[in-house]
Amino acid sequence: MNNFKVLMNGIVRENPTFVLLLGMCPTLGTTSSAINGMGMGLATMFVLICSNVVISSIKNLVPDMVRIPIFVVVIASFVSLLQMLMQAYTPDLYAKLGLFIPLIVVNCILLGRAEAFAAKNTPLPSFFDGLGMGLGFTIALTLLGGVREFLGTGKLFNIEIMPEQCGMLIFVLAPGAFIVLGFLIAIVNRLKKINS
Amino acid sequence: MNKLDSSLKNMVLSLTGFSVLAGALLGLGNYVTKEPIARAQAKILSDAIAVVVPGFDNNPVESSEKVEMNGVTYTIYKATKAGESIGAAVESSVDGFGGKLTVLVGFDKDGNILDYSLLSHSETPGLGSKADGWFKKGAKGDIIGKNPGETPLTVSKDGGDVDAITASTITSRAFLAAVNNAYAAYKEKQTDAVSGATTKSGKKNE
Repeated sequence: MNNFKVLMNGIVRENPTFVLLLGMCPTLGTTSSAINGMGMGLATMFVLICSNVVISSIKNLVPDMVRIPIFVVVIASFVSLLQMLMQAYTPDLYAKLGLFIPLIVVNCILLGRAEAFAAKNTPLPSFFDGLGMGLGFTIALTLLGGVREFLGTGKLFNIEIMPEQCGMLIFVLAPGAFIVLGFLIAIVNRLKKINS
Repeated sequence: MNKLDSSLKNMVLSLTGFSVLAGALLGLGNYVTKEPIARAQAKILSDAIAVVVPGFDNNPVESSEKVEMNGVTYTIYKATKAGESIGAAVESSVDGFGGKLTVLVGFDKDGNILDYSLLSHSETPGLGSKADGWFKKGAKGDIIGKNPGETPLTVSKDGGDVDAITASTITSRAFLAAVNNAYAAYKEKQTDAVSGATTKSGKKNE
């Protein structure tokens, strides 16, 4: 498999949110607006790329029986680093996403990719797998956040498109996340069927 | 290079080694970001103070005082211009609808509300979260310029003259309680002060 295929695999064929249905907690929790979803997606992508590259380069130093604890240590370290960096240099974004950043540790996309891809491949393809999966996650979260923000408040990326009174508040609240996610998955499945 | 086999020695060495490395990396990260984090947090606070009591030339964060009333601690950031008091920003928190609601209220020296800023809250998005703009000047629940010492702020449902946020009466009540408490803490501090010249009646004597 060449690197481009690996990249597209994460974005389309095995999109972590719409196809693998991994990492549903941050997906549903953070997507009350397009910008929040995008921030969460990019933060996850950063950790995913770092952990994929590191894990694929140390895989021969890790005995099989203790690989899971070591992968978790690697992932948790990058998440803590990211949290400190965001708190220091992007306090506005941190104020919105702060609660969800530590949750990246338990996001099964990271451990899933570490196990399924990085532990079996060299650093370069692992980098592209992390990038692809991260982009797939970011696109899915931005889309979900965008739809919810538009239907709920009439805005998109904080720009008013229709008057706020037309918004259906339920889409910003928790039930809206489930409803929109369900419809988006249905649409993605339909598109995949047409293509194949 | 061949993969290490899972002997006890290898496992202990590998796990210890990676944990120590990760620890060292995090220590370094903490060392590097400690100061920027403190600075970012101080900036959020001083920005909020600059909005709610404009026009000071001192450093209110440095001349802050804590007042305790009914088991709740209020922080008062005194604002002065050329040595004269022009008011203060008071940090006050209450239990809102979804959790703690912390608001920074700016008062001039007579106790009139200059402006406010919602520091943190966990109110329902789209309903209670509207409190960050609802009570501002020109908005529906305008409280700017009112003096909680003359008439305590209450929502119209409770016989007051402030319009509550649509469908968020609990948040509105909590918010106004926070403002009233902030005022009480501010007055408490003023009567404590040696000069006493900044109370409502003392204004003319200045």
